[in-house]
Amino acid sequence: MSVDENTVRRVARLARIAVADDEVSKLKGELDAILAFVEELSELDVEGVPPMTSVIPATARLRDDVVNDGEDAEKVLMNAPAREADFYVVPKVVE
Amino acid sequence: MTELCDLTFAEARKALAAKEFSAVELNKAYLEAMEAARGLNAYVLETPEIALERAAESDARIARGEAGALEGLPLGVKDLYCTEGVRTTACSKILGDFTPPYESHVTSLMRSAGAVMLGKLNNDEFAMGSSNETSAFGTPVNPWRRKGSDAKLVAGGSSGGSSAAVAARICLGATATDTGGSIRQPAAFTGTVGVKPTYGRCSRWGIVAFASSLDQAGPIARDVRDAAILMGSMAGYDKRDSTSVDTPVPDYEAAVGRSVKGLRIGVPKEYRVDGMPAEIEKLWSQGAEQLKAAGAEIVEVSLPHTKYALPAYYIVAPAEASSNLARYDGVRYGARVAGRDITEMYENTRAAGFGSEVRRRIMIGAYVLSAGYYDAYYVRAQKVRTLIKQDFETVFAAGVDAILTPATPSAAFGVGEMANASPVEMYLNDVFTVTVNMAGLPGVSVPAGLSAEGLPLALQLIGRPFDEETLFATAAVIEDANGRFTADRWW
Amino acid sequence: MNAPSKIPASSKLIAGATGDWEIVIGLEIHAQVTSEAKLFSGSSTGFGASPNSHVSLVDAAMPGMLPVLNHECVRQAIRTGLGVKAQINLTSTFDRKNYFYPDLPQGYQISQYKSPIVGEGVVIVDMGEGEQISVGIERIHLEQDAGKSIHDQDPRLSFVDLNRSGVALMEIVSKPDMRSSDEAKAYVTKLRTILRYIGSCDGDMDKGNLRADVNVSVRKPGAPFGTRCEIKNVNSIRFIGQAIETEARRQIEILEDGGAIDQETRLFDPVKGETRAMRSKEEAHDYRYFPDPDLLPLVVEQSEVDELAAGLPELPDDKKARFIRDYGVTPYDAMVLTLERESADFFEQVAKRGDPKTAANWVINELFGRLNKDGTPITESPVSAAQLGGLVKLVADGTISGKIAKDLFEILWTEGGDPRELVESRGLKQVTDTGAIEKVVDEVIAANPDKVEQAKAKPTLAGWFVGQVMKASGGKANPQAVNDILKRKLGI
Repeated sequence: MSVDENTVRRVARLARIAVADDEVSKLKGELDAILAFVEELSELDVEGVPPMTSVIPATARLRDDVVNDGEDAEKVLMNAPAREADFYVVPKVVE
Repeated sequence: MTELCDLTFAEARKALAAKEFSAVELNKAYLEAMEAARGLNAYVLETPEIALERAAESDARIARGEAGALEGLPLGVKDLYCTEGVRTTACSKILGDFTPPYESHVTSLMRSAGAVMLGKLNNDEFAMGSSNETSAFGTPVNPWRRKGSDAKLVAGGSSGGSSAAVAARICLGATATDTGGSIRQPAAFTGTVGVKPTYGRCSRWGIVAFASSLDQAGPIARDVRDAAILMGSMAGYDKRDSTSVDTPVPDYEAAVGRSVKGLRIGVPKEYRVDGMPAEIEKLWSQGAEQLKAAGAEIVEVSLPHTKYALPAYYIVAPAEASSNLARYDGVRYGARVAGRDITEMYENTRAAGFGSEVRRRIMIGAYVLSAGYYDAYYVRAQKVRTLIKQDFETVFAAGVDAILTPATPSAAFGVGEMANASPVEMYLNDVFTVTVNMAGLPGVSVPAGLSAEGLPLALQLIGRPFDEETLFATAAVIEDANGRFTADRWW
Repeated sequence: MNAPSKIPASSKLIAGATGDWEIVIGLEIHAQVTSEAKLFSGSSTGFGASPNSHVSLVDAAMPGMLPVLNHECVRQAIRTGLGVKAQINLTSTFDRKNYFYPDLPQGYQISQYKSPIVGEGVVIVDMGEGEQISVGIERIHLEQDAGKSIHDQDPRLSFVDLNRSGVALMEIVSKPDMRSSDEAKAYVTKLRTILRYIGSCDGDMDKGNLRADVNVSVRKPGAPFGTRCEIKNVNSIRFIGQAIETEARRQIEILEDGGAIDQETRLFDPVKGETRAMRSKEEAHDYRYFPDPDLLPLVVEQSEVDELAAGLPELPDDKKARFIRDYGVTPYDAMVLTLERESADFFEQVAKRGDPKTAANWVINELFGRLNKDGTPITESPVSAAQLGGLVKLVADGTISGKIAKDLFEILWTEGGDPRELVESRGLKQVTDTGAIEKVVDEVIAANPDKVEQAKAKPTLAGWFVGQVMKASGGKANPQAVNDILKRKLGI
């Protein structure tokens, strides 16, 4: 399977990574090479094989319903690149 | 003072207990050695104040007879581990000067055991790479050089800072992480011992995630015993990590030197890949002979889906990474690059903040998960993963105790040598190690000889889930048979 | 897919220029799970805290942070599933829904996309006048709430508060089984009642603890489903009704003009009374769902499900049936009484002390009316169940008349006190002494000779005399006695 340049742009957009026009064809080549490499899997018959959901034979761990975290806004805000009082601040979002 | 740095931790521990030197003296020696070795670029951040403060605390505990298992140990910490109050970047520009207000579970355990942090070690950006050349801080240099050459070699990746620092004796041991071979391959390139524990053995809490179902913390150390000692303090249940397994931590050190008599060691024929260098082939059969001489039984085994592990890995790992790295969006921490609107801010931040390999993997990951491709790529890869795991289960069920393979297809290569190679050629470095991550098994890389060019080569032992002890026992046999490998100080 | 082509009642159809149209409605209700801590972290779910205070490192998606599932949220989802007679899936999984938004710190929402904890169920909804509809439940799954972006504080900036980030939600997905805005409103009301009975969601729509994504499409009766639009985040039952009406008319207009409906996400603007397409979601969604590798499959033991089933309170439908059966109240009264668990309990306390039918009448008409007017919840009613029960008993045994009872209720509401003592001390007792009543009747008859003649010709005028006698007795005369005596004296 290979990708076209529009797909490269679409995927970059999905991943929120700006891609300059002159990067697209190089990226396309690299993605194509990786996709060609993983193409090998298609020769395997995987009919009826369950996809792995967890590599260890265990099930979900559950926590008790107790409040024992949070209550320290500074701790979660101290690394923010932009803040206003105790809010994170981002360019205006239009809904 | 360099002779202090030549001791293993097992040796230094004895001397500290006998008060031959203090933890402060030991750590000072390391800080000096670090300064002298800055050209290797193994550390991305040195923390001498923290080191000396903690070393003094260690001395006080030793004096009170309260020494922990790692008391006074000069430790290097891979920059993927969050360290409280100490900048943590995963060697990515996108994290900027991120300073976590929390400490990873594993380094917390090590600190509780008395370990002293010397600084943060270089790694491939977000642990994505096999040569540590994707780091935002530049490439660490392998302390090993080819005979008669001063060309700089890579120390492997992604834990290249860890392996370089341990091999250069500028830390006694280092934390590392392994998603597809990131502990074992750098250890193999530097003549050090690297352990990738069973998935769930070490908590992932507080370690920057690359691919959650594959990532595992582990040590790189100077020899098998030191690796076992470090493992003893890194392993352990953590209720904050849902995938952490609540099973007792055995005395790993006690397994070093344990007899391997009667153990069945499998040699998988599928690892005999086309074009395998003769010296790797020879190393492998020698290793088998050495285990046999120690009383183990060597049996040929088959892991038929081996060749599919690497392609499946390059679907699963990028898929998980594309999602794990979505949180780096310039909102709550790290770098931000302005944009006209929120979307442009995201796109600019992530384009500037991530290096090219990370961007590539995020895009591959987004692609294989996207509508219309999910089943063909991701689901199929996870099915293949089931088959790979079943291969191992079949072999172990047949009575095999551990599996012996080469650790890497070659010795360390030169910095920049792979610059023109395709991403896929670089990925082939992980061909022997990646199966272990795909199946969640423990694996250890142990030096077993030198290449014709005088570079370290290593073998890998793969164990049953949670049977790291057998790996320490068998790796110690290889180590004893071949001796240790130490790089000359040229830097 | 074709819907069952039952011929819809014409009253539910909307008349268009090209004939009648049928609305097809499905609802995705997001109900905040009642729990102390969040779905995957130990921070508080409390409402109204200062910004970013109920936020843990996990909620802020700091590097290396990992989710651990809250057991109580799982139990609440199971209880809810049992409450809508649904299948409980003993194994379920969590997936990541990937998209970028500033109040979604991880860059993905953890949700049960592929294998939800609760499967198919059903909600029976009363539509009045004996009509019931059953609305199928497709699934209920657990997921994380997002934080909150505030857009109106600054012209160029949005402010982000993550207090809600990671709070547990149940997404309750109905089948497209509703055919009118009234049905949709009644369904939400009923579902809310069930949730509140179970205690798995407080249903507080003002706080956003219950909100709906409304899927609306229109079709000619009997035709296949039309293209639907999803109206996001409607946060009151009234707005749900308005949004459906507005959206259905918009779609009909487009279709009748020969246009086609774009499947899209829209917002309802209650001020302008219109729906509009969401701008930020213009681009095609591609959420790249995959199983969250940080979480292992959730496995619930059947024994735990059984234990939760045994611990469930009596559900509204069962309670309603019991009220009809045991108390003889009308189906409508039973429905009203069981809307809230607290009201039903209150009624039962009242009914125990007096006649159940009178009790129902008093609880619904007098008490509920007064509580609604004052905006007081029943749990804070100034008149207790014991007091109202006392009053009802006094009415039922003829100690006081209905009219006096209303006065007594007013006294109880404003001053409090024991009903029986009040009746004694304030002389509110009904006069049943026929001699006394006869005296008043005689006086009234004597004063109105012309009316007497008229009444003899037209017996229904006796009512006027009853009124006069009651008035003259200060409302205390027993109306039945007055009636009997009057009839005898007037010879009718």
